[in-house]
Amino acid sequence: MKTTIIEKTQDPKDCGTPNNKIDHEAGFGLIKYLIVGLFFGLIFVKAEIISWFRIQEMFRLQSFFMYGVIGSAILVGIISIQLIKRFNIKTIHGDEIIIPKKEFRKGQIIGGFIFGLGWALTGACPGPLFAQIGSGFTVIAVTLVSAIAGTWTYGRFSDKLPN
Amino acid sequence: MEQFIEWIKQPWPWWVAGPLIGLTVPILLLIGNKSFGISSSLRHVCAMCVPANIPFFTYNWRKEMWNIVFVIGILIGGFVATAFFANPETIVIAESTQQDLAALGITDYSSLMPAEIFNWENLFTAKGLLFFVVGGFLVGFGTRYAGGCTSGHAIMGISSLQWPSVVATIFFMIGGFLMTHAFLGPLMTLVGF
Repeated sequence: MKTTIIEKTQDPKDCGTPNNKIDHEAGFGLIKYLIVGLFFGLIFVKAEIISWFRIQEMFRLQSFFMYGVIGSAILVGIISIQLIKRFNIKTIHGDEIIIPKKEFRKGQIIGGFIFGLGWALTGACPGPLFAQIGSGFTVIAVTLVSAIAGTWTYGRFSDKLPN
Repeated sequence: MEQFIEWIKQPWPWWVAGPLIGLTVPILLLIGNKSFGISSSLRHVCAMCVPANIPFFTYNWRKEMWNIVFVIGILIGGFVATAFFANPETIVIAESTQQDLAALGITDYSSLMPAEIFNWENLFTAKGLLFFVVGGFLVGFGTRYAGGCTSGHAIMGISSLQWPSVVATIFFMIGGFLMTHAFLGPLMTLVGF
């Protein structure tokens, strides 16, 4: 059976969330992502995943909560992708589903470690940062601007860093 | 309806939140062939606002607008959840964590974020420098260097059974454990907690 998943090799310079949709979409076509994002933000807040306290519990191994969240999310993700492959499911536009292949690089070790340090400080990965700001913790906008500056700094010096 | 609102105001357990987050993976693939990831939005903002002729930022960001729209949705979702469905009770945190945090000077559980750290008064102080500026920078720099965050690697990457994402996730956790257990205490003392 033919698999629908085309695992495209990715260059480190390539986008981490590439747009593999064939046709151009803009304007109203993007509203569906706003709605998915909205539900996502709602879940983040309602399950208190955006809480700095929850992240502390996780890194202190004093609560199963975050491990349960991430573990069950991965489980559902694995099953979903396997079903898509098994039943050759196409997008709603009828396109083949494309999942980019992640190449191993040193950045996943060094960068991953650096992100981990920041995760424990801020109590947030990039997703919760947005939900925290929306929840009224407006000072987190400063953290977000600093995260954008961090991303820019990586981009500026990426050719000089071990990759 | 009222009962529904009451029910939805309760904090959601992990076995509701986790699977719903996991469903984002197939939903994004099915509605538009998008790989789930959030930290890329930070890169698109750079490409949009300050590309500065850096090759890493000179790409067609217009094609990636969906990612920006998605994170704006997350922000609005955060607002909706807090404005209309906020849990009136205080957050329940493990007793042992509360004891550990009390030793660091964190005792205010009135909101989801410790008020002692995350307030505007701290902005131009050493506390703000550590938690907002340094913390944010590490998140932005680290996720881009790693090529993804918890969503792109831990959830999307592992869901599609890609071992480099497992490596990245392991190092996210090592960094977090080290910060929490080795650096957080001394750093908080240093900035005046």
